[in-house]
Amino acid sequence: MAKRSSIKIRSKRFADHTLVRTLIAHPMETGLNKDKDTGELIPEHYIQSLTFSHNGKLMSECHLGFGISKNPFFSFKLKSAQAGDTVVISWQDNLGYSDTLEHHIQ
Amino acid sequence: MFTKRRHFLRQIITLSSYTTGLIFSKVSLGNWLASDFSKQAIDATLKQQFGDQILLTTPKIKLKLPRVAENGSVVPITITSSIDNIDTVYIFAEKNPVPFIAKFSIAPELETFIGARFKMKETCDVIVVVHADGQYYQTRQRVKVTLGGCGG
Repeated sequence: MAKRSSIKIRSKRFADHTLVRTLIAHPMETGLNKDKDTGELIPEHYIQSLTFSHNGKLMSECHLGFGISKNPFFSFKLKSAQAGDTVVISWQDNLGYSDTLEHHIQ
Repeated sequence: MFTKRRHFLRQIITLSSYTTGLIFSKVSLGNWLASDFSKQAIDATLKQQFGDQILLTTPKIKLKLPRVAENGSVVPITITSSIDNIDTVYIFAEKNPVPFIAKFSIAPELETFIGARFKMKETCDVIVVVHADGQYYQTRQRVKVTLGGCGG
């Protein structure tokens, strides 16, 4: 593995639902903060859209602004999921970067 | 001639309502729009998002929010609701420079449950709006932000 993914996914199956939690490493800069050394404004850099799919079917699409915290965390609950199901989370930011991670429910 | 025009207009209306119905039945939210996230007051943002739609205040949306957020840059929120057929959830922070925080679409296979963490500039109301069966519902909760421990 050359580079660690920016996304971490954890899932836990309960009797009536499956909890999926995700943590993304991202600065989420608002464009309002100043660099402490140079005093210049740090340009905006934030995730604009995030998608969450289960077994290839889109479950949720999120449109985000920079009001979301640095290193964003999200959680979702699937009504029914089996062990071995795939969950895919992907994001795209305003500078054109993106990342995707596939996770298998235990 | 007038009847023809009326007929034509009626066709357009039926067609457009049909296509909007199609769009709303999908999970996709469409393109990310910069105008959604413009720097403006909360009233302008709500007006832009919902137009003249009535936002019914309901106790059926439950928010899990801290009453006092020690650090405004990380405010955890959990949204659950007992309203059926929710397809979209919106989060706003009243006094943020950009009040629109995020919107989430929800597929029927998902429970109405969203956890997230967002930023708050100062003490204000957090407004959550959900869309279900063509109706908007809202609820709000005040969060006190004590930045760096020097706030009131």
